[in-house]
Amino acid sequence: MPVLELRGITKIFPGVVANDDVSLTLDSGEIVALLGENGAGKTTLMNVVYGLLSADGGEVLVDGKPARIKSPRDAIDHGIGMVHQHFMLVEPLTVTENIVLGREPGRWGVIDFAAARERVRALSEQYGLKVDPDAKIQDLSVGMQQRVEILKALYQGARVLILDEPTAVLTPQEVHELFSVVRSLVEEGLSVVFITHKLEEVIAVADRIVVMRDGRVVGETKPAETDMVGLARMMVGRDVVLRIEKGASVCGEPVLEVEDLHVLDDRRLEAVRGVTFTVCGGEVVAIAGVDGNGQRELVEAIVGLRRPQGGAIRTKGRDVTHATAREAIEAKISHIPEDRHRRGLVLDFTIAENLVLGDHREEPYAKRGVMRPSVIAEMARERISAYDVRTPSERVLASALSGGNQQKVVVAREIGRGPELLVAAQPTRGLDVGAIEFVHRQIIAQRDAGKAVLLVSFELEEVMALADRILVIYEGRIVREFAAGEADDQTLGYYMTGGGGSKLEPAAAAAAETGGER
Amino acid sequence: MSETHEALPEQKPWMTLVQRAGAPVVSVLVAIGIGSVIMWVSGYDAMAAFAALFKGSLGSPKALGDTLLRATPLMFTGLAVAYGFRAGLFNIGAEGQLFMGGLAAAYLGVALAGWPPALALPALLLGAMAAGAAWAFVPALLKARIGAHEVITTMMFTYIAKYIVSWLVVGPLKAPGQIPQTNMIGVSAQLPRIQSLFSDATLEALPFLRLGRGHMGIFVALFFAVAVWLVLKYTTLGYENRAVGYNPWASENAGISVPATIIKSLCISGALAGLAGAVEVMGVHHRIFDQFSSGFGFTGIAVALVAKNHPLGVIPAALLFGAMSAGSGTMQLEADVPQKIVLIIQALVIFLIAAESVVQWFIQKRQKEALARAR
Repeated sequence: MPVLELRGITKIFPGVVANDDVSLTLDSGEIVALLGENGAGKTTLMNVVYGLLSADGGEVLVDGKPARIKSPRDAIDHGIGMVHQHFMLVEPLTVTENIVLGREPGRWGVIDFAAARERVRALSEQYGLKVDPDAKIQDLSVGMQQRVEILKALYQGARVLILDEPTAVLTPQEVHELFSVVRSLVEEGLSVVFITHKLEEVIAVADRIVVMRDGRVVGETKPAETDMVGLARMMVGRDVVLRIEKGASVCGEPVLEVEDLHVLDDRRLEAVRGVTFTVCGGEVVAIAGVDGNGQRELVEAIVGLRRPQGGAIRTKGRDVTHATAREAIEAKISHIPEDRHRRGLVLDFTIAENLVLGDHREEPYAKRGVMRPSVIAEMARERISAYDVRTPSERVLASALSGGNQQKVVVAREIGRGPELLVAAQPTRGLDVGAIEFVHRQIIAQRDAGKAVLLVSFELEEVMALADRILVIYEGRIVREFAAGEADDQTLGYYMTGGGGSKLEPAAAAAAETGGER
Repeated sequence: MSETHEALPEQKPWMTLVQRAGAPVVSVLVAIGIGSVIMWVSGYDAMAAFAALFKGSLGSPKALGDTLLRATPLMFTGLAVAYGFRAGLFNIGAEGQLFMGGLAAAYLGVALAGWPPALALPALLLGAMAAGAAWAFVPALLKARIGAHEVITTMMFTYIAKYIVSWLVVGPLKAPGQIPQTNMIGVSAQLPRIQSLFSDATLEALPFLRLGRGHMGIFVALFFAVAVWLVLKYTTLGYENRAVGYNPWASENAGISVPATIIKSLCISGALAGLAGAVEVMGVHHRIFDQFSSGFGFTGIAVALVAKNHPLGVIPAALLFGAMSAGSGTMQLEADVPQKIVLIIQALVIFLIAAESVVQWFIQKRQKEALARAR
């Protein structure tokens, strides 16, 4: 008998059917991967199970008995726990305080902290989830915070654990550790639903794979019976090229020259510590590194959003070290920002208004301070069709688009402007395979057109697929340079985690290497 | 969720109009309903009250003139607050900028007494705009440079402005006599009453033109409402104003200077508020004194809220508030219902619009039910 069974779940949002008659079973001790593109309805389905949304049709059975789940509280009472993509932890409180929150041991309103800490310690030992019960959440890494979320669900008595896009925020090493945690959970008798859109993950971790598309279950398979190409086809509904074919790079004139650059972060600490490199026309140079090693500050300095403390930046020989963002655009530097909602788009603007952003003062889009809506609309329609933005018209608000289409709007604007240098920071973050393929093609097309591309990515897969040269950044310095094909992910992972600069303990170095395994 | 085209809401002009106007109209109707219940519970005759309110605001040309008179400054302060809001700025100090605008108009109106109207009127209006903008400039600079919150600084500047006017009308600018007020501005600098433009014969033939105290300022206000709308919709200035209001980080990324946009936006807001003071001086009082504004700057916030920060929406919103204010006297006189009941209705309108998310939720629920039935 399955521990969890969904029968004909239907969930309707205004104007869209998010789940259409979805059925799913989860057996005891099983890991089911729920695979699908963004917007396929995976998270909606699990939010129904967890009581965050109420279904418009269908039923949920726990241990074969119909369960009425109206709130997360009901779900927890039925032994269902969920770890959300965005953690729901109280930052200034300790691990223990967070885990027992809502179900504190003790009486008369006095919390028995000794008992609580003991419970947390016992749980973390039982499941091999090592974490300091007295550490404050704000001092923990993202991977550790995720463990706290899992422990919290276990503390609440979860037998079924739903993990929503659990790897989105993790480094390759942390992903590896998460997989072993999930396996040990299952050995202890739990059942896990693993929501993701990453193909390699489902093959690595799942017992069974359920694929969703457009709110429906479109297929079910097992890792042994399929491969990434087959899964991608099922997920997108057409053949997808996972790794773009590209020819050898033809290096031209140097377009971007960065010399001994020093940049401070928001806390006024030095984040970029003397970085020197060149990007030529016709090549993609990738900065590979773990998040938080100075990539953001480096990118912001190049595109004029942050003032460097020292060093020089030149594009095509022109000094742009202290250029403003506007001057950077005028110097033909385009920027695909890492966070499209914050930096990339004005979500309350229409697609047309977003496509002209940054060029809105320039002719032919504006003349003497007056904008020309018909010219802008015409440009927008051209780019919408050239960059395959799925929308009925250019007058749709950017906020109404799916993540992939939003990113296409950003890409259309930044590449459509005709840059000499394209700075692409995490250009495929949160995108599904279909959209990733599209963005990768655009980046390679820029390179093949003789433009310079600087790619910043935390995804080794992406770095290796696109780069002609790879620069590994660690703690604000470029620690190694590789030509394309010269390094595998183990080597890159090793240098990304400080293997090259500081002398690591042999054990840590080994851990870094296994972390790169795929 | 899925990438089907039908699911995406397209921004058609008429749809945005319905979306924008729907909630305020419903809110006003519901507020009138609740107001009736309050009157009924308190033992007043609600029907008589609304009849008197209507009579005093729209019931005769003279009443209509009173409504226009009161709506005029509210249109300017409503526009001022709305323009700032569109850049994400809450100019709570429109009242202070209004005082400085009124002061500039009162001073120039005396100083330029001999000028012909064609020169004096624009000079006074421009002077008031400059004074209002200048009064907003310091808070704008503080916001742009060190992030001092404009709600605090513009409010503080309101007190300073009011005390400056209080001092000037008892001191340096005091007119001879007992009353603390300035000298009357020159006739050529006054905004004429609308009915004064027509001959007695015309007024005899077309009695609806006898608009009493209603003055030409309303046309200036309507002109500015359209102008602000065009600026927001069709100029790079307005585009940058909206972009910064919606998302300053993306604006910065696109090469828009956020500090410069904040300064421009708050100064334009101040200039519009300054005009409110100018029309009160030029069209109504013809001088300035301590209490020349009955809180138009603050009511302007409510007007902008009802207008949902749309410059054209400010026109009906200001007329509504103007009408309620104009009719409240008649209501007290004829229906024996306290004037304050109008304030209650105004407060209810604001409350209901602020609680719009509840209404939205209700509408969405209905849509969903309809969709579920359609399947």
